[in-house]
Amino acid sequence: MPPADDDGVRRAIRQAVSVSVATGAYGISFGALAVAAGLDLAQTAALSLLMFSGGSQFAFIGVLGAGGAGGAAIATAGLLGVRNALYGVRVAPLLAATGWRRYAAAQVTIDESAAVATAQPTLAATRAGFWWTGVGVFVLWGASTILGAVLGDALGDPRRYGLDAAAPAAFLALVWPRLGGGRAGRTARATALAAVVVALALTPVVPAGIPVLAAAAVAIVIGWRGPAPEPVPTPVPVPDRPVQP
Amino acid sequence: MSTFAMTWWAILAASAVCFALKLAGHLVPDHWLSQPRVARTAALVTVALLAALVGVQTMTAGHQLVVDARLPALAVAAGALALRAPFVVVVLAAAATAAVLRALGM
Repeated sequence: MPPADDDGVRRAIRQAVSVSVATGAYGISFGALAVAAGLDLAQTAALSLLMFSGGSQFAFIGVLGAGGAGGAAIATAGLLGVRNALYGVRVAPLLAATGWRRYAAAQVTIDESAAVATAQPTLAATRAGFWWTGVGVFVLWGASTILGAVLGDALGDPRRYGLDAAAPAAFLALVWPRLGGGRAGRTARATALAAVVVALALTPVVPAGIPVLAAAAVAIVIGWRGPAPEPVPTPVPVPDRPVQP
Repeated sequence: MSTFAMTWWAILAASAVCFALKLAGHLVPDHWLSQPRVARTAALVTVALLAALVGVQTMTAGHQLVVDARLPALAVAAGALALRAPFVVVVLAAAATAAVLRALGM
């Protein structure tokens, strides 16, 4: 962790802390939903420590909870993790991490750490923002996941508390910022609509987990054949709302 | 193999895939992945997966399409998002809506 020796670095650390705390509450809901999907405490904790990517984790338990096969759950989680590779491309040259730090940096390369890092004005602030956010979210996400799993276990039937509606609401909150204005937003909205239609149409006729993967195939076709290149939107850190773990 | 063991294998395999993707971003020469087409496709895949998950988790039960308390709950979540509510508020509002509607017998 770089020393907090200037205003830019201190501001980056403040942002990192607020983003980390915001994801804590989100981790509680993940823990509760993972238990509701049939995982035990150790499995739920393992997902948050090893997979450590909110979207992938929610999708993974969603597919398993719906009775999908392990292969479909792995594929869905993996596809949702592709964007982390792109974040890595963007932050790696800024971090210039070597040795074991490079592996640590890779593990904590997620929406929040990439967003806070790339939003900073100086190199020192960028590095502070990345590490403080990455490590902060990692610690609080893991702790809150365990808390959520314990609470979820104590609650009993998740449907009584509407927890089965919490998961799609979480996914909606994750996709919402990506459907914004401009031409990129239009393409994203059209893709989202096509994905929903394809997934719902296939649900009665294919095994669980496959409809969601088919929707990803739609996006690959749209993205690959797309018109002129569009700039990749840089995630903007919103202190009170995680960009997307 | 038991379901329990299968779940563990799936967790470890999926975690390995996710870590490999993160590490790839740090290790590959950046011109490989910074092509606009790759970036655009990856962004759209994320959108499609999340949107499909919203649809499937709101309107299906097993292999059937169903409309129940989850749909109005999702509408409430969308309203909360439109009002820029924090993430936690969005999720809790949806859960509370579904819980109340079920308590009322929907």
